[in-house]
Amino acid sequence: MKKYLSFFRLRFVMNLQYRVAALAGIVCQFFWGAMAILAFHAFYETDPASFPMDFQATASYIWMQQAFLGLLSVGGMDNSIFDAIHNGDVVYEVCRPVDLYAMWFSNTSATRVARALLRCVPPLIVAAFLPKPFGLMAPPSLTALLLFFVSLCLALLVTVSFCMIVYILTFYTISYRGVRLVAVALSDFMMGGVVPLPFFPEGFRQFAELLPFSCMENVPLRVYSGDLSGPPMARALLLQVFWVFALVLLGKVLEQKVLKRVIVQGG
Amino acid sequence: MIEVSHLQKTFRVARRDEGFQNAVKALFRREYQEIHALNDLSFSIGEGEMVGYIGPNGAGKSSTIKVLSGVLTPDSGRCVVDGRVPWKQRVKHVCQIGVVFGQRSQLWWDVPVADSFALLKDIYKIPDALYRKNVAELTELLDLSELLRTPTRQLSLGQRMRCEIAASLLHSPKILFLDEPTIGLDAVSKLAVRDFVKRLNRERKTTVLLTTHDMQDIEALASRVLLIGKGKILLDGTLDDIRRGGEQIDETIAHLYKKYDI
Repeated sequence: MKKYLSFFRLRFVMNLQYRVAALAGIVCQFFWGAMAILAFHAFYETDPASFPMDFQATASYIWMQQAFLGLLSVGGMDNSIFDAIHNGDVVYEVCRPVDLYAMWFSNTSATRVARALLRCVPPLIVAAFLPKPFGLMAPPSLTALLLFFVSLCLALLVTVSFCMIVYILTFYTISYRGVRLVAVALSDFMMGGVVPLPFFPEGFRQFAELLPFSCMENVPLRVYSGDLSGPPMARALLLQVFWVFALVLLGKVLEQKVLKRVIVQGG
Repeated sequence: MIEVSHLQKTFRVARRDEGFQNAVKALFRREYQEIHALNDLSFSIGEGEMVGYIGPNGAGKSSTIKVLSGVLTPDSGRCVVDGRVPWKQRVKHVCQIGVVFGQRSQLWWDVPVADSFALLKDIYKIPDALYRKNVAELTELLDLSELLRTPTRQLSLGQRMRCEIAASLLHSPKILFLDEPTIGLDAVSKLAVRDFVKRLNRERKTTVLLTTHDMQDIEALASRVLLIGKGKILLDGTLDDIRRGGEQIDETIAHLYKKYDI
């Protein structure tokens, strides 16, 4: 266990040094958030009655989404793992006494936590001071805030274990571009990255809510704004736990399979 | 220590002629060729031996090392290293071996070398005392004191190779696989690495299997030479067995490759 904590620590420290990337990310996320909220506002103005979420909750959802993009976006996959598989450097990782899955899992989580810590504070502060209803609201209760943190951790685990499957699949395809593109596009839409899940049409929404993607950012962000509470929230948290186990299991099985037929690129 | 018998490994390699037309053609129909990287390979190495593993490019040297270090699973054949089947008991096995792949890096690119070493300490669960002793010894012998605080990406190839070799030895492995360890080293570093490997073998009885194209490495280090060509062992003997009076070692080897048509 200690070695995986060491991986986490080293990767965490490494990621804290990319200051300019963090600054650029903050600026980009702030403007993206502002644009998204203005777009939603235009829809809201047209017909407030058909808006499935409270507007204030929608704005909070978007600000939190932007602030925690580094933590939860599937697009933020670890390129060093893809590169290691593509050019064969993975050979060194295989000939060390480590569990490949656990090592990559801790590396990826560390990268994400470091990224989020560097980037989340400024947008949250700015958004908190924006005028109602465009700003970030406080959570409805302390319990909601605590449950938000629990759900955020679970969401991180779901996201990382999903990314692990993508990493392992690139052992088969060698080039990671295709797999990555499909994974990012699919998950970004299905997790409510483009529009929050409550905006999905009935029927399709219920289906989407069962998928692992809904357990990524959808649950914690809606718990924070109070859009998800009571029994539906409990169900969502349980579903998150279920998908963590299911995805980790699937990833481990794939890993065992792929290690048997691993070939090393580049001699 | 190392027992290999009838090892077989085949790779499927996509081949096509150059040019745009052929690239388009390959979209629809791909031609594959089977490459027998290891073809009925058998040899054995005793404890404390230092063996040079030579052969032309693409002969199967690196593939052998990868099988022995538990990375590749062979198609068939038997291989036992220190009582274990490498690819079946991978994690247990790799605790006891050190591997250097001369053309790759195992150090973390963006952090000082010392950080990489500290991580390796945790990975291999090296006790504090042993770790300190090994780092001190390696630092002195490979002249690393200036390099440990530098990020890996800013080291020259030769400097990095010295750190890579040190990194593979931090856990005092019983067996050491060196895949072209002297690539890019200057004369001084080369001599230092050779002396170091010799000393390791003498003092710790480390078994060493070394592949290289630098015949002086072989001359300096290997009491025994294995020649591999097209995935088979063609010759197993001492350097003196293959030497022909008065000739340079490189010429001898080139002659040997020609003789076996590999």
